[in-house]
Amino acid sequence: MKPAPFDYHRPRSLEEALVTLDRLGTTGTVMAGGQSLVPLMNRREVSPANIVDINFLVELSGITHEDRAVRVGALVRHAELERDAAVRRRNPLLAEAVPHIAHAAIRSRGTTVGSLVHADPTAEMPAVLVALGGSVELRSAAGGRTVPATEFFLGANRCCAAVGELAVAASFPVPPPRTGTAWLEVARQRGGRAVCGVAAVVTLDTGRRVERATATYAGVGATPVLVDLTEVMTGTRFDDLARWRAAADEGGSALAPADDLHASAGYRRHLARVLAERAGRLAAIRATGA
Amino acid sequence: MSEHEIELSVNGRRQVVRVPARRLLSDCLRHDLAFTSTHVGCEQGTCGACTVLVDGAPMRSCLLPAVTVDGCEITTAEGCRAPDGGLGRVQRALVRCQGVQCGFCTPGMVVSIVAFLRECPRPSPEQARDAVAGVLCRCTGYQDLVAAVLHAARPDGGASG
Repeated sequence: MKPAPFDYHRPRSLEEALVTLDRLGTTGTVMAGGQSLVPLMNRREVSPANIVDINFLVELSGITHEDRAVRVGALVRHAELERDAAVRRRNPLLAEAVPHIAHAAIRSRGTTVGSLVHADPTAEMPAVLVALGGSVELRSAAGGRTVPATEFFLGANRCCAAVGELAVAASFPVPPPRTGTAWLEVARQRGGRAVCGVAAVVTLDTGRRVERATATYAGVGATPVLVDLTEVMTGTRFDDLARWRAAADEGGSALAPADDLHASAGYRRHLARVLAERAGRLAAIRATGA
Repeated sequence: MSEHEIELSVNGRRQVVRVPARRLLSDCLRHDLAFTSTHVGCEQGTCGACTVLVDGAPMRSCLLPAVTVDGCEITTAEGCRAPDGGLGRVQRALVRCQGVQCGFCTPGMVVSIVAFLRECPRPSPEQARDAVAGVLCRCTGYQDLVAAVLHAARPDGGASG
Protein backbone atom coordinates (compact mmCIF):
# COMPACT_ATOMS: atom_id res chain seq x y z
CA MET A 1 0.00 0.00 0.00
CA LYS A 2 0.94 3.67 0.03
CA PRO A 3 1.44 5.84 3.10
CA ALA A 4 -1.50 7.96 4.23
CA PRO A 5 -1.15 11.65 3.35
CA PHE A 6 1.17 13.68 5.54
CA ASP A 7 2.84 17.07 5.66
CA TYR A 8 6.56 17.12 5.07
CA HIS A 9 9.09 19.32 6.88
CA ARG A 10 12.72 19.69 5.90
CA PRO A 11 14.67 21.60 8.54
CA ARG A 12 18.00 23.05 7.39
CA SER A 13 19.71 22.99 10.77
CA LEU A 14 19.56 20.98 13.97
CA GLU A 15 18.17 24.01 15.80
CA GLU A 16 15.39 24.36 13.23
CA ALA A 17 14.63 20.64 13.52
CA LEU A 18 14.30 20.87 17.30
CA VAL A 19 12.05 23.94 17.07
CA THR A 20 9.90 22.17 14.46
CA LEU A 21 9.58 19.04 16.61
CA ASP A 22 8.72 21.19 19.61
CA ARG A 23 6.01 23.03 17.65
CA LEU A 24 4.51 19.84 16.18
CA GLY A 25 4.46 18.03 19.52
CA THR A 26 2.76 14.62 19.34
CA THR A 27 1.85 15.14 15.67
CA GLY A 28 5.50 15.20 14.55
CA THR A 29 7.48 12.09 13.60
CA VAL A 30 11.20 12.07 12.78
CA MET A 31 12.32 10.32 9.62
CA ALA A 32 15.97 9.41 9.15
CA GLY A 33 16.57 6.36 6.92
CA GLY A 34 12.94 5.36 7.20
CA GLN A 35 13.71 1.66 6.74
CA SER A 36 11.59 0.73 9.76
CA LEU A 37 9.19 3.68 9.62
CA VAL A 38 8.16 3.59 5.95
CA PRO A 39 7.10 -0.10 5.98
CA LEU A 40 4.87 0.75 8.97
CA MET A 41 3.47 3.76 7.07
CA ASN A 42 2.92 1.74 3.88
CA ARG A 43 1.02 -0.87 5.86
CA ARG A 44 -0.90 1.96 7.59
CA GLU A 45 0.18 0.67 10.97
CA VAL A 46 1.21 4.25 11.62
CA SER A 47 -0.06 7.40 9.88
CA PRO A 48 1.97 10.37 11.09
CA ALA A 49 0.42 13.75 10.33
CA ASN A 50 3.85 15.40 10.00
CA ILE A 51 7.17 13.97 8.91
CA VAL A 52 10.30 15.85 9.96
CA ASP A 53 13.05 14.76 7.56
CA ILE A 54 16.51 14.95 9.14
CA ASN A 55 18.33 13.56 6.07
CA PHE A 56 19.59 17.00 5.06
CA LEU A 57 21.20 17.85 8.43
CA VAL A 58 24.88 17.36 7.66
CA GLU A 59 25.77 18.15 11.28
CA LEU A 60 24.26 14.77 12.25
CA SER A 61 26.45 12.78 9.87
CA GLY A 62 29.78 11.14 10.55
CA ILE A 63 31.50 8.53 12.67
CA THR A 64 33.80 10.09 15.28
CA HIS A 65 36.59 8.03 16.78
CA GLU A 66 36.86 9.35 20.32
CA ASP A 67 39.39 8.12 22.90
CA ARG A 68 37.15 5.52 24.44
CA ALA A 69 34.17 5.22 22.11
CA VAL A 70 32.94 5.22 18.57
CA ARG A 71 30.41 8.04 18.32
CA VAL A 72 27.84 7.49 15.61
CA GLY A 73 25.86 10.48 14.36
CA ALA A 74 22.14 10.16 13.69
CA LEU A 75 22.64 10.15 9.92
CA VAL A 76 25.28 7.41 9.78
CA ARG A 77 23.94 4.56 7.67
CA HIS A 78 24.64 0.98 8.71
CA ALA A 79 26.66 0.59 5.49
CA GLU A 80 29.05 3.36 6.57
CA LEU A 81 29.87 1.47 9.78
CA GLU A 82 30.28 -1.70 7.74
CA ARG A 83 32.90 -0.07 5.50
CA ASP A 84 34.82 1.78 8.24
CA ALA A 85 38.15 0.02 8.82
CA ALA A 86 38.71 1.86 12.11
CA VAL A 87 35.37 0.59 13.43
CA ARG A 88 36.46 -2.98 12.64
CA ARG A 89 39.71 -2.43 14.49
CA ARG A 90 38.44 -0.46 17.49
CA ASN A 91 34.99 -1.90 17.98
CA PRO A 92 34.88 -5.40 16.49
CA LEU A 93 31.55 -6.27 18.13
CA LEU A 94 29.82 -3.42 16.33
CA ALA A 95 31.53 -4.38 13.06
CA GLU A 96 30.62 -8.05 13.46
CA ALA A 97 26.94 -7.37 14.13
CA VAL A 98 26.24 -4.81 11.40
CA PRO A 99 26.29 -7.21 8.39
CA HIS A 100 23.50 -9.19 10.09
CA ILE A 101 21.14 -6.22 9.74
CA ALA A 102 18.72 -7.02 6.89
CA HIS A 103 20.18 -6.74 3.36
CA ALA A 104 22.62 -4.38 1.65
CA ALA A 105 19.79 -2.26 0.21
CA ILE A 106 18.41 -1.65 3.71
CA ARG A 107 21.84 -1.03 5.27
CA SER A 108 22.69 1.62 2.71
CA ARG A 109 19.74 3.77 3.81
CA GLY A 110 18.85 2.68 7.34
CA THR A 111 20.62 4.50 10.16
CA THR A 112 22.18 2.93 13.23
CA VAL A 113 20.73 5.52 15.59
CA GLY A 114 17.32 5.09 13.94
CA SER A 115 17.53 1.37 14.64
CA LEU A 116 18.17 2.15 18.31
CA VAL A 117 15.17 4.49 18.50
CA HIS A 118 12.95 1.95 16.74
CA ALA A 119 13.94 -0.48 19.54
CA ASP A 120 13.00 -3.70 17.78
CA PRO A 121 13.63 -6.40 20.40
CA THR A 122 15.14 -8.72 17.76
CA ALA A 123 17.48 -6.05 16.32
CA GLU A 124 21.26 -6.17 16.52
CA MET A 125 22.19 -2.57 17.35
CA PRO A 126 20.19 -2.26 20.59
CA ALA A 127 21.77 -5.47 21.93
CA VAL A 128 25.26 -4.31 20.93
CA LEU A 129 24.73 -0.91 22.59
CA VAL A 130 23.60 -2.62 25.81
CA ALA A 131 26.45 -5.18 25.68
CA LEU A 132 29.06 -2.42 25.40
CA GLY A 133 27.46 -0.17 28.00
CA GLY A 134 26.88 2.58 25.46
CA SER A 135 24.58 5.56 25.50
CA VAL A 136 22.31 7.70 23.33
CA GLU A 137 22.41 11.52 23.14
CA LEU A 138 18.98 13.14 23.02
CA ARG A 139 18.38 16.79 22.17
CA SER A 140 15.28 18.93 22.35
CA ALA A 141 14.46 22.62 22.10
CA ALA A 142 14.79 22.71 25.91
CA GLY A 143 18.24 21.11 26.10
CA GLY A 144 19.89 17.72 25.99
CA ARG A 145 20.58 14.58 27.95
CA THR A 146 22.64 11.43 27.55
CA VAL A 147 20.85 8.20 28.41
CA PRO A 148 22.71 4.96 29.21
CA ALA A 149 21.71 1.97 27.07
CA THR A 150 20.29 0.11 30.07
CA GLU A 151 17.76 2.92 30.60
CA PHE A 152 17.13 3.74 26.94
CA PHE A 153 15.01 0.73 25.96
CA LEU A 154 11.64 0.63 27.71
CA GLY A 155 9.87 -2.19 25.87
CA ALA A 156 9.23 -3.71 22.46
CA ASN A 157 9.59 -0.83 19.95
CA ARG A 158 9.65 1.65 22.81
CA CYS A 159 12.57 3.84 23.84
CA CYS A 160 12.76 6.70 26.30
CA ALA A 161 12.93 9.53 23.73
CA ALA A 162 10.11 11.90 24.68
CA VAL A 163 7.92 14.03 22.42
CA GLY A 164 10.10 16.77 20.93
CA GLU A 165 13.34 14.88 21.56
CA LEU A 166 15.69 13.89 18.76
CA ALA A 167 18.37 11.21 19.10
CA VAL A 168 21.42 12.97 17.64
CA ALA A 169 24.11 10.35 18.26
CA ALA A 170 24.96 7.08 19.96
CA SER A 171 28.19 6.21 21.68
CA PHE A 172 29.56 2.66 21.41
CA PRO A 173 32.40 2.29 23.95
CA VAL A 174 35.63 0.67 22.79
CA PRO A 175 36.20 -2.51 24.82
CA PRO A 176 38.99 -2.28 27.44
CA PRO A 177 42.33 -4.11 27.03
CA ARG A 178 42.34 -7.95 27.16
CA THR A 179 38.69 -7.95 26.15
CA GLY A 180 37.22 -10.10 23.41
CA THR A 181 33.75 -9.81 21.91
CA ALA A 182 31.55 -11.93 19.67
CA TRP A 183 28.17 -11.60 17.99
CA LEU A 184 26.33 -14.76 16.93
CA GLU A 185 22.75 -15.02 15.73
CA VAL A 186 20.31 -17.43 14.16
CA ALA A 187 17.69 -16.14 11.72
CA ARG A 188 15.30 -18.12 9.59
CA GLN A 189 16.89 -16.78 6.41
CA ARG A 190 19.84 -14.59 5.45
CA GLY A 191 18.98 -11.03 6.36
CA GLY A 192 15.87 -12.08 8.27
CA ARG A 193 15.20 -10.89 11.79
CA ALA A 194 17.04 -12.75 14.51
CA VAL A 195 15.21 -15.56 16.27
CA CYS A 196 17.95 -15.14 18.84
CA GLY A 197 21.20 -13.18 18.86
CA VAL A 198 23.90 -13.05 21.52
CA ALA A 199 26.69 -10.55 22.17
CA ALA A 200 29.43 -11.85 24.47
CA VAL A 201 31.96 -9.52 26.09
CA VAL A 202 34.79 -11.21 27.99
CA THR A 203 37.72 -9.58 29.80
CA LEU A 204 40.67 -11.73 30.92
CA ASP A 205 43.27 -11.00 33.58
CA THR A 206 46.96 -11.10 32.76
CA GLY A 207 46.97 -14.84 33.55
CA ARG A 208 44.31 -15.49 30.90
CA ARG A 209 41.64 -16.14 33.48
CA VAL A 210 38.21 -14.62 33.18
CA GLU A 211 37.87 -11.34 35.04
CA ARG A 212 34.49 -10.26 33.68
CA ALA A 213 31.97 -11.86 31.30
CA THR A 214 28.54 -10.81 30.07
CA ALA A 215 26.05 -12.12 27.55
CA THR A 216 23.47 -9.81 26.00
CA TYR A 217 20.55 -11.41 24.23
CA ALA A 218 18.32 -10.15 21.40
CA GLY A 219 15.00 -11.78 20.52
CA VAL A 220 14.25 -13.29 23.91
CA GLY A 221 12.54 -10.36 25.63
CA ALA A 222 10.90 -7.01 25.02
CA THR A 223 14.30 -5.30 25.26
CA PRO A 224 17.90 -6.54 25.02
CA VAL A 225 18.65 -8.65 28.11
CA LEU A 226 22.11 -8.36 29.69
CA VAL A 227 23.14 -11.22 31.96
CA ASP A 228 26.31 -10.88 34.01
CA LEU A 229 28.20 -14.19 33.95
CA THR A 230 31.16 -12.89 35.95
CA GLU A 231 30.24 -14.76 39.11
CA VAL A 232 30.10 -18.12 37.31
CA MET A 233 33.18 -17.52 35.20
CA THR A 234 35.53 -15.50 37.36
CA GLY A 235 38.96 -17.04 37.80
CA THR A 236 38.24 -19.68 35.15
CA ARG A 237 40.79 -20.29 32.43
CA PHE A 238 39.64 -18.74 29.14
CA ASP A 239 39.48 -22.15 27.43
CA ASP A 240 37.59 -24.06 30.12
CA LEU A 241 34.89 -25.32 27.77
CA ALA A 242 32.77 -27.05 30.41
CA ARG A 243 32.64 -23.86 32.43
CA TRP A 244 31.32 -21.85 29.47
CA ARG A 245 28.54 -24.40 29.12
CA ALA A 246 27.62 -23.96 32.78
CA ALA A 247 27.68 -20.19 32.37
CA ALA A 248 25.43 -20.35 29.30
CA ASP A 249 22.99 -22.55 31.20
CA GLU A 250 22.97 -20.07 34.05
CA GLY A 251 22.50 -17.16 31.64
CA GLY A 252 19.67 -18.96 29.84
CA SER A 253 17.82 -19.67 33.08
CA ALA A 254 17.43 -15.91 33.57
CA LEU A 255 15.51 -15.53 30.29
CA ALA A 256 11.78 -15.76 29.65
CA PRO A 257 11.33 -15.80 25.87
CA ALA A 258 7.85 -15.88 24.32
CA ASP A 259 6.28 -18.13 21.71
CA ASP A 260 5.53 -16.50 18.39
CA LEU A 261 5.10 -17.25 14.71
CA HIS A 262 8.83 -17.63 14.17
CA ALA A 263 9.86 -19.85 17.06
CA SER A 264 8.63 -21.46 20.25
CA ALA A 265 9.83 -20.20 23.60
CA GLY A 266 11.61 -23.53 24.10
CA TYR A 267 13.54 -23.23 20.84
CA ARG A 268 14.51 -19.65 21.66
CA ARG A 269 15.78 -20.71 25.08
CA HIS A 270 17.76 -23.51 23.42
CA LEU A 271 19.30 -21.06 20.94
CA ALA A 272 20.08 -18.57 23.71
CA ARG A 273 22.00 -21.24 25.60
CA VAL A 274 23.90 -22.64 22.60
CA LEU A 275 24.75 -19.22 21.16
CA ALA A 276 25.87 -17.83 24.53
CA GLU A 277 28.17 -20.81 25.04
CA ARG A 278 29.73 -20.43 21.58
CA ALA A 279 29.91 -16.63 21.76
CA GLY A 280 31.46 -16.75 25.23
CA ARG A 281 34.19 -19.16 24.15
CA LEU A 282 34.85 -17.22 20.97
CA ALA A 283 35.06 -13.91 22.82
CA ALA A 284 37.42 -15.48 25.38
CA ILE A 285 39.73 -16.81 22.66
CA ARG A 286 39.71 -13.42 20.95
CA ALA A 287 40.50 -11.76 24.30
CA THR A 288 43.83 -13.59 24.42
CA GLY A 289 44.94 -11.57 21.40
CA ALA A 290 43.36 -8.27 22.42
CA MET B 1 -0.97 17.18 2.52
CA SER B 2 2.05 19.12 1.33
CA GLU B 3 3.32 19.11 -2.27
CA HIS B 4 6.93 19.64 -3.23
CA GLU B 5 8.95 20.32 -6.33
CA ILE B 6 11.97 18.04 -6.39
CA GLU B 7 14.88 17.53 -8.72
CA LEU B 8 16.30 14.12 -9.49
CA SER B 9 18.90 12.91 -11.93
CA VAL B 10 17.56 9.67 -13.36
CA ASN B 11 20.00 7.62 -15.42
CA GLY B 12 22.03 10.76 -16.02
CA ARG B 13 19.16 13.03 -17.09
CA ARG B 14 17.84 15.87 -14.94
CA GLN B 15 14.16 15.62 -14.00
CA VAL B 16 12.08 18.16 -12.13
CA VAL B 17 8.81 16.85 -10.79
CA ARG B 18 6.10 18.03 -8.41
CA VAL B 19 5.03 15.33 -5.94
CA PRO B 20 2.85 15.02 -2.89
CA ALA B 21 4.88 14.24 0.23
CA ARG B 22 3.48 10.72 0.35
CA ARG B 23 4.68 9.81 -3.20
CA LEU B 24 7.07 6.87 -2.98
CA LEU B 25 10.14 6.99 -5.20
CA SER B 26 8.95 3.75 -6.84
CA ASP B 27 5.69 5.41 -7.92
CA CYS B 28 7.45 8.63 -8.87
CA LEU B 29 9.75 6.70 -11.20
CA ARG B 30 6.97 4.59 -12.69
CA HIS B 31 4.04 6.97 -12.92
CA ASP B 32 5.54 10.47 -12.98
CA LEU B 33 8.66 9.72 -15.01
CA ALA B 34 7.77 6.48 -16.89
CA PHE B 35 10.79 4.43 -15.79
CA THR B 36 8.71 1.28 -15.64
CA SER B 37 11.57 -1.14 -15.05
CA THR B 38 11.16 -0.33 -11.36
CA HIS B 39 8.79 -3.11 -10.34
CA VAL B 40 6.56 -2.81 -7.29
CA GLY B 41 6.01 -6.08 -5.49
CA CYS B 42 5.39 -6.02 -1.76
CA GLU B 43 5.67 -2.27 -1.10
CA GLN B 44 7.11 -2.94 2.34
CA GLY B 45 10.78 -3.47 1.58
CA THR B 46 10.78 -7.24 1.59
CA CYS B 47 10.86 -8.36 -2.05
CA GLY B 48 13.50 -6.05 -3.50
CA ALA B 49 11.94 -5.83 -6.99
CA CYS B 50 11.89 -2.02 -6.70
CA THR B 51 15.58 -1.72 -5.79
CA VAL B 52 17.32 1.22 -7.51
CA LEU B 53 20.64 2.95 -6.97
CA VAL B 54 20.53 6.23 -5.06
CA ASP B 55 23.84 8.07 -5.38
CA GLY B 56 25.29 4.68 -6.33
CA ALA B 57 23.98 2.72 -3.34
CA PRO B 58 21.21 0.12 -3.68
CA MET B 59 17.98 1.12 -1.93
CA ARG B 60 14.35 0.02 -1.89
CA SER B 61 12.52 2.72 -3.84
CA CYS B 62 9.25 1.71 -2.14
CA LEU B 63 10.78 2.70 1.22
CA LEU B 64 11.76 6.20 0.13
CA PRO B 65 9.28 9.05 -0.11
CA ALA B 66 10.56 10.75 -3.29
CA VAL B 67 10.86 14.10 -1.53
CA THR B 68 13.45 12.62 0.86
CA VAL B 69 15.88 11.93 -2.01
CA ASP B 70 15.55 15.39 -3.56
CA GLY B 71 18.79 16.20 -5.38
CA CYS B 72 19.98 12.60 -5.63
CA GLU B 73 21.21 10.60 -8.61
CA ILE B 74 18.97 7.63 -9.34
CA THR B 75 19.92 4.66 -11.50
CA THR B 76 17.24 2.20 -12.57
CA ALA B 77 17.66 -1.02 -14.56
CA GLU B 78 17.26 1.07 -17.73
CA GLY B 79 20.41 2.88 -16.68
CA CYS B 80 22.42 -0.34 -16.38
CA ARG B 81 22.73 -0.71 -20.16
CA ALA B 82 26.07 -0.72 -21.95
CA PRO B 83 27.28 2.67 -23.23
CA ASP B 84 26.29 1.64 -26.78
CA GLY B 85 22.69 1.10 -25.66
CA GLY B 86 22.85 -2.69 -25.71
CA LEU B 87 22.59 -4.97 -22.69
CA GLY B 88 25.01 -4.21 -19.88
CA ARG B 89 27.47 -6.69 -18.45
CA VAL B 90 25.14 -7.87 -15.68
CA GLN B 91 22.14 -8.03 -18.01
CA ARG B 92 24.11 -10.14 -20.52
CA ALA B 93 25.22 -12.48 -17.75
CA LEU B 94 21.61 -12.93 -16.60
CA VAL B 95 20.56 -13.86 -20.15
CA ARG B 96 23.56 -16.10 -20.67
CA CYS B 97 23.06 -18.04 -17.39
CA GLN B 98 19.27 -18.15 -17.73
CA GLY B 99 18.93 -16.06 -14.59
CA VAL B 100 15.62 -14.68 -15.87
CA GLN B 101 12.41 -16.65 -15.63
CA CYS B 102 9.20 -14.63 -15.22
CA GLY B 103 11.27 -11.44 -15.11
CA PHE B 104 9.46 -9.68 -12.29
CA CYS B 105 12.42 -9.58 -9.90
CA THR B 106 14.93 -8.98 -12.71
CA PRO B 107 15.27 -5.16 -12.51
CA GLY B 108 15.90 -5.38 -8.77
CA MET B 109 18.43 -8.14 -9.39
CA VAL B 110 20.21 -6.12 -12.09
CA VAL B 111 20.76 -3.01 -10.00
CA SER B 112 21.59 -5.03 -6.86
CA ILE B 113 24.22 -7.05 -8.72
CA VAL B 114 25.66 -3.96 -10.43
CA ALA B 115 26.08 -2.28 -7.02
CA PHE B 116 27.46 -5.44 -5.45
CA LEU B 117 30.13 -5.98 -8.13
CA ARG B 118 31.37 -2.40 -7.70
CA GLU B 119 32.06 -3.13 -4.02
CA CYS B 120 33.18 -6.71 -4.55
CA PRO B 121 34.50 -7.22 -8.10
CA ARG B 122 35.83 -10.76 -7.54
CA PRO B 123 33.22 -12.45 -5.34
CA SER B 124 33.33 -15.95 -3.92
CA PRO B 125 30.28 -18.16 -4.60
CA GLU B 126 29.21 -17.47 -1.01
CA GLN B 127 29.43 -13.71 -1.53
CA ALA B 128 27.57 -14.05 -4.84
CA ARG B 129 24.80 -15.90 -3.02
CA ASP B 130 24.59 -13.15 -0.42
CA ALA B 131 24.41 -10.53 -3.19
CA VAL B 132 21.11 -11.88 -4.54
CA ALA B 133 19.62 -12.87 -1.16
CA GLY B 134 18.08 -9.42 -0.75
CA VAL B 135 15.82 -9.79 -3.80
CA LEU B 136 13.11 -12.45 -3.81
CA CYS B 137 12.84 -14.65 -6.90
CA ARG B 138 9.77 -16.85 -6.57
CA CYS B 139 10.61 -18.79 -9.72
CA THR B 140 13.30 -20.35 -7.47
CA GLY B 141 16.00 -19.48 -9.96
CA TYR B 142 18.77 -18.76 -7.47
CA GLN B 143 21.31 -21.27 -8.80
CA ASP B 144 21.22 -19.49 -12.15
CA LEU B 145 21.27 -16.07 -10.50
CA VAL B 146 24.39 -16.96 -8.51
CA ALA B 147 25.96 -18.28 -11.71
CA ALA B 148 25.10 -14.98 -13.42
CA VAL B 149 26.79 -12.94 -10.65
CA LEU B 150 29.95 -15.03 -11.00
CA HIS B 151 29.77 -14.86 -14.80
CA ALA B 152 29.46 -11.07 -14.80
CA ALA B 153 32.48 -10.91 -12.48
CA ARG B 154 34.74 -12.76 -14.90
CA PRO B 155 37.70 -10.67 -16.04
CA ASP B 156 36.40 -10.60 -19.63
CA GLY B 157 33.09 -9.27 -18.33
CA GLY B 158 31.27 -12.33 -19.54
CA ALA B 159 31.90 -11.16 -23.09
CA SER B 160 32.79 -14.62 -24.29
CA GLY B 161 30.68 -17.68 -23.56
